[in-house]
Amino acid sequence: MLERETVDHVARLARLELNEAETEKMAGELSKILDHIDAVRQLDLEGVEPTSHVVDVVNALRADVPQQSLPREVALAAAPEPTESGFGVPSPGASAE
Amino acid sequence: MSEAILALTAAQAVAAIRAGDLDPAELYETYRGRAEANELNAFTWVAERDHRGGFDTVAPLAGIPLGVKDLFCTEGVPSQSGSKILQGYLPPYTATVVQKLYDAGATLLGKTNQDEFAMGSSNENSAFGPVLNPWDTARVPGGSSGGSAAAVAGGLAPWALGTDTGGSIRQPAAFCGIVGLKPTYGSCSRYGMIAFASSLDQAGPLTRDVTDAALLLSHMVGQDANDSTSLAFPEEIVLPSRRELRGVRLGVPEELLSAEGGIDEGVRASFERALDLARELGASIEPCTLPSAPYALSAYYIIAPAEASANLARFDGVRYGLRVDGDGDLTTMYSRTRAAGFGPEVKRRIMLGTYVLSSGYYDAYYGTALRARTVIARDFERAFADFDFIVTPTAPGAAFELGAKSADPLAMYLNDFCTVPMSLAGIPAISIPSGLSDGLPVGLQLAGPAFSENRLLDAAHALEQAIAFDGSPAWKGVAA
Repeated sequence: MLERETVDHVARLARLELNEAETEKMAGELSKILDHIDAVRQLDLEGVEPTSHVVDVVNALRADVPQQSLPREVALAAAPEPTESGFGVPSPGASAE
Repeated sequence: MSEAILALTAAQAVAAIRAGDLDPAELYETYRGRAEANELNAFTWVAERDHRGGFDTVAPLAGIPLGVKDLFCTEGVPSQSGSKILQGYLPPYTATVVQKLYDAGATLLGKTNQDEFAMGSSNENSAFGPVLNPWDTARVPGGSSGGSAAAVAGGLAPWALGTDTGGSIRQPAAFCGIVGLKPTYGSCSRYGMIAFASSLDQAGPLTRDVTDAALLLSHMVGQDANDSTSLAFPEEIVLPSRRELRGVRLGVPEELLSAEGGIDEGVRASFERALDLARELGASIEPCTLPSAPYALSAYYIIAPAEASANLARFDGVRYGLRVDGDGDLTTMYSRTRAAGFGPEVKRRIMLGTYVLSSGYYDAYYGTALRARTVIARDFERAFADFDFIVTPTAPGAAFELGAKSADPLAMYLNDFCTVPMSLAGIPAISIPSGLSDGLPVGLQLAGPAFSENRLLDAAHALEQAIAFDGSPAWKGVAA
């Protein structure tokens, strides 16, 4: 069973606020899922290379030619707090730990 | 007239328009009206009118309407991936596969409901509420492309686009008695698809029959400068014509049919009947072995959440969608926005993915899963040396009742037992209806090597003709 502290730590890493009940429930559910996925360790994987991607493509690069990008106002249109120069956010300083 | 229109497959509708026997505007209005009534909650948004103000009857798809899964970005049209966190989002551009279909003459009908960020097997994890199965409205349509599947089966759209990460096209197609194809990874551009798990996500068709699947796919494939993992499809996708299976070697993987998969009696019986028909068509059917396949589900539920936790980091209240005030603090704003915007299943997967990628666990989980992926893909390579296709039931059971599995995430995940191995290997797989079990549709899955779509569609077509499944009770509204 995952400890509460672990769930709290992971939630902090994921930038996800969980309330008391959610944390409790998450600990139980994640433990059960982790127990199941632990089965993958039964495979003999000695010397096997990892596959992060099935497509046999390395560094698919386009020609380095400047292209038109989205106009600023279009790119900012969906932002909750558009500003003159970009995306507005609360001061990051306040949350420095 | 409406019933005569609804009886047409998409390919038949194209032919009728070409021949001057069908007015594309009438076709569009028939479906638009049904989509708008939306009795199955299959749509999240329905067009008020055809988007280009006319129907391009000369183009290959002759203007016929298309349902598009919500997670495809469509310029100026709501695209939320079934999530509250993207409330009000109107993308500034259109996904490549959607644009390609527009270019081929398809007309946008509406956006279809889905599990939030494509995470789910029942379509119950949607901010827009659950979708109902047209065969029995007390049951789920499957997921995550549940809206697309229900719309096509229920006659609210002639066909629809879906996406499949671990079975999200194939399983709902099976539950709704239609055809669903997950193409070879890389064959369709992912540009403009709101990402779930980038190494697995693939767009594909949900259609009434195999011919429609081939027709839609033929206008979707192709390399795209905007997706560096997209590949040029090595040949043209052609419409299937095959009616026999002489010389075709079908492998039935023992491991996926084992007790662990939990395949119920009705599904097993339907599967066996379909195999008998395949044998009568000339196919040889032998057991085959995919020794690592039973571990695919475990590997999948490490890899997919890991990728999702990274992909969904972008939903932080800064660039689009929801923002919840953080009392002037940036991190608090992030955490509260994400707490309010994501549903329980998405939170679970973000937590799971963050955990398996976190310091101290990365190699034990994520590293192991990536190595498992290698051996799972190798199993298929070995099997395809002796067999043309692998056949399995698509899902272990028929559509279940709403709420039946929502309290147990693991039970829900087990729906993907037979579909995730192909996803991890990146190979194409199609689900076709194999028959009914207690009045509900059951799906049969055929999988082939990478880029074998033409052969796969041909074999599925031959089998489809022999099975002669009747999907009309669902769109006539007389099922169950």
